[in-house]
Parts: sequence; C-alpha cells; structure tokens
Amino acid sequence: MSGLLAIRGAEVRFGAVAALRGLDLEVGAGEVVGLLGHNGAGKTTTMKLALGLLRPQAGSVRLLGVEPAGPEGRRARARVGFLPENVSFYDSLSGREVLRYLARLKGRPPAEADRLLEQVGLAHAADRRVRTWSKGMRQRLGLAQALLGRPALLLLDEPTVGLDPMATAELYATIGRLRSEGVGVVLCSHVLAGIERHIDRCVIVGHGRVLAAGTLEELRARARLPVRIRARGRWREPPAAALGEGEGVVARRLNGHQIELEVAPERKLAVLRALAAEPGVEDLDVRPPGLETLYAHFDAMLHRGPQDGRGEAP
Amino acid sequence: MRGALAAIAVKELRDGLRNRWALSIALGLAVLALVIAWFGPAASGKVGFASLGATVVSLASLAVFLVPLVALLLGYEAVVGEAERGTLLLLLAYPISRGLLLAGKFAGHALLLAAAITVGLGGAALVLAATGAAAAEGFWPAFARLVTSTVLLGWAFLALAYAISAGAREKGRAAALALVSWLGLVLVYDLVLLGALVAAAGRLPAWLFATLLVANPADAFRVLNLTGEAAAEALGGLGGVAREAALAPPLLVAVLLAWTAALLGLAFRRFARRPV
Repeated sequence: MSGLLAIRGAEVRFGAVAALRGLDLEVGAGEVVGLLGHNGAGKTTTMKLALGLLRPQAGSVRLLGVEPAGPEGRRARARVGFLPENVSFYDSLSGREVLRYLARLKGRPPAEADRLLEQVGLAHAADRRVRTWSKGMRQRLGLAQALLGRPALLLLDEPTVGLDPMATAELYATIGRLRSEGVGVVLCSHVLAGIERHIDRCVIVGHGRVLAAGTLEELRARARLPVRIRARGRWREPPAAALGEGEGVVARRLNGHQIELEVAPERKLAVLRALAAEPGVEDLDVRPPGLETLYAHFDAMLHRGPQDGRGEAP
Repeated sequence: MRGALAAIAVKELRDGLRNRWALSIALGLAVLALVIAWFGPAASGKVGFASLGATVVSLASLAVFLVPLVALLLGYEAVVGEAERGTLLLLLAYPISRGLLLAGKFAGHALLLAAAITVGLGGAALVLAATGAAAAEGFWPAFARLVTSTVLLGWAFLALAYAISAGAREKGRAAALALVSWLGLVLVYDLVLLGALVAAAGRLPAWLFATLLVANPADAFRVLNLTGEAAAEALGGLGGVAREAALAPPLLVAVLLAWTAALLGLAFRRFARRPV
C-alpha cells in the first residue's frame, strides 16, 4: 500500500477555536515526513485525526485506506504505532509489565515485548518499576510500544524530547532502518535543528494550516532565500569580487580574515567562481538556509497576508 | 478482543492487589465488623455476640456507610485519572474500542471490590463462628446473603463512580462529585425520606414510598437487609415500613443490578462522547 495516510482539507474546530483549517498530509510507504511547527500549530490535533480520535468537521482522513474514526479504524490501528508527546505509563508497573500489557492490547505475544525491550536497550532495567526510570528511558519505552506488531505506519509526536544526543542518534538510526523496510513515518517536532537530515519531506504547519510542504530542496527553491558563503583568507583588503555588492549580494566583514556573503541562489555559482579565483582566498564554506530559517520565512509570509500565503516569493 | 478485555481487567486487579488497596479494605471491613458485632449489644448491658438478627442489622448498617464510599474512591479515577496521567491517549490509539476499555476496567475493579468485601465480611464471619456464633440457626445463609447484597451495593456505587469519572474534566472535580453523591445518597436521602414520611403523617401512599426507596441503591440495600424476620425484631422504623411496601428480596436484588447496569450505561455513553 503506497498511501498509508491521506488527510485532505481537514478542518477541526474546538468551539470557537479553529485547530485545523484545511490541512493536507500524505504519507507513503518507506517515507519519513516531518510535521513541523510551533507548539499549538496543530501537530497533535493532526495525530489524533490520523488515529480516528477526532473526526474532522470538513475534509477527509484515510488511514491505511479506511476511515480511522469509523468501524474499520480499529483494525487499521493494529498496524499503526503511535508515540504521544510526553508519553507516560503506569508508574507502579515494571517496564516489562507495561510493554507486555500493551502487547496484549495489540494482540501480540509477550515474547515480542521482551524482544523490543532488548531492541531499544532497556532489557537491563526491564524489571524495575517505571517510576524509577529516567525521562530518556521512558521515551525509549514509548518507542518500543509504538513498534509492537510491526506497524506499517509510525506516528511519532516529539520523539526526541528528553533524549540525550546518543539516544537521539539511535532513534534516527531506528527510523532509518524502518524506512528501508517500507514503514512510513510521521515525525512531529517543534525542534527543527538537526531534523532535516532524517526526513524525506517536510510539512510545515502553523495556525492549523500547511504553510509549506515539499522536500528541503523544493522549499529552498520556493523560498529563494539567500545562501550564506563564508570566505577565509589572508588579505589586507577583502577581495574585490567578494564585495561586488548589489545584484543579489550582501557582504559583511566578520574579522580581519573572514567575510560572509549573503547571495541570491541564482548568483551563487558566479560568486563562488569569482571567490575561488581570488588569490588570497584559502577556504570557502557554503551554507544553504536551514529548516529554522525556512520555517521563519514561511511563517512570516502567512502573517504578511493571504495573497502570498502559499509560500511563493514575490 | 477477549484477550484485551481480560488483560485490562487483570491489570486493574493486579494494581489493586499490589498497592494493598484490597488488603486494607478487607482488613478494615473485618475489624470494624467484629467490633460492631462484639460491642453492638453494649447498649443493652452486655458485650459479645448477641443474636444473629441484631448482628446482621449492625453489619448492614456498617456496610451501607462504608462500601459506597470505598467503591466511589476505587472508581472515581477510572477514566479521568488515565486522562490526566496521559495514558488514555495512548490506550485509545490501540486497536481497542472505548467500550472494551471501560468494560475491562470495570470488570477488574468489580472483582477487586467483591474480593475485598467477601474476605472482609467473610473473615469476620469466620471469627464469629470460632466463638460459637455459628450455632445460631441460619448463621451461614444470613452471612452469605449479607456478603452478596453488599457486593451488589458496591457494584452499583462503582458504576456511579465510573459515570462520574467518564464525564469529569479533572480528577479533583470527580473526587468532589463522588463525595457529594455519597453524602447525598447515603446520609441525606434517608433523612429527607424519613422526614417526609413523618410530615405526611401516614398519608404518603405505599407505592410512592416504595418507589422512593428503590430510587436509591443504598436504600434498596437497607431494605434488603433490614426486612428479614430476625432484622425486623431488632429494628422497627424503616424495616417495618418497607415490609408493608411489599418489596420482596428478589425485586430488591433486581433493583441493585438495574442501578449498576443503568449507571454503567451512562458511563459508557459519557465515555463515548468524551473528547481526548
């Protein structure tokens, strides 16, 4: 099945508050989609919608081909793993008891729970009560329960919160392995730094709607934000070519032997060539706009008005 | 599906056993029962097991105060507690229906409560029997009736706790509502009913009085345990009136079960509509 999750034009209101205003999200097999946005942007509401815990007032939701809030939704959920934000468990139970309990709710044998505890590196603490566990360990238990029953689709809401860098790297390694097995993943996060290497596509949400969606390259192309180029070298006066301002280039001197240029994407190659030809230049460093910059850009476009709300540059 | 139901029930049962909830309730119930059975006749100038009728009435009076409170405390967190802890969102993402989750939890809590009551009152009965009280005719059947009706009373109030929990937004509010229901149904209702009876000076039709009695599970329980042959001798008042109102034990048992079913139904409905 290619379309694991398809949300189209979903609108969700809580009383007078519009949580989602026409949200679209599609996830296919073997695809990691980042659902990115500030707190309150509608990410968790989208997760609930996908799981059938909410019905949209308008639009449609299909989870593994069925309506998740309908009678068939229950069977679809058997093939979905969900890690809620700030996951919590029964503190008086041990990790093994928690996971075996959840395994039974998913119709899986207890041996699978034990195997997953090993897989997420919790086997050594499995028989201690969850109350005594660290936040990172609970988060890993949360990941383990999401993996019960070999899900076709994983919905992970802020999975890296509370994880140390090592555990974060392990989490992304696990996600990468699952992707190669054909599992579709939705990765919700408000922490944008560092996530771009691990996702195939981003859907940037804000105020209940999609601000921009696509691969990082597509978003960059659409935003047409300047590329930052740093040049280091030995010169008395900065190279003339580098300071050829105007025509989409803004230069700034960082210190005696470093300058930074903000270059329009279409001027990037020309400026790089010119810099490379300068005798004093020893090193060049090119930094395309990161997700945080892109997010700020698309968010600002929304506030500027609906006419450029689609993220197209003027 | 059945596996999931059992798993949920067993988890609740195990929780209650592990945190010693069941044990403390059973012990508390047994000790209080013995104290009441032993010192109950003190007013008449002696201590020790008096008559079976008097003992059953004393124990039923204890149960009608204590067991509803215990059941409400056991159940008021059932839904709202999981919601506040954050586990409800997790559980509902699993391939189980809300109905199954609630049914499993109720089954586990109902078994736990039944076990605590049976062990508590049963333990008291064993101690009394050891002192020779079992020689009284009908001792064991009387205790069996008491235990059974107390369990039914507990279930009705457990179902009430579930109905409260399923609709409550916060745990604190559910706890407050549970306490108010206990005060209202166990203490105030009876006072008002007796007051109305006195004020009406016999002009209250029997059918209305009977209806008002069964409109409260605590009163249905009282009537069930206070109308026996032996009980009537120990207690005038309500027992006599109830007998006049022609409320047969099978009807009262049915009333208690109906209360459980109706309140549980309300809990299911409120849970189905509860936003996550």
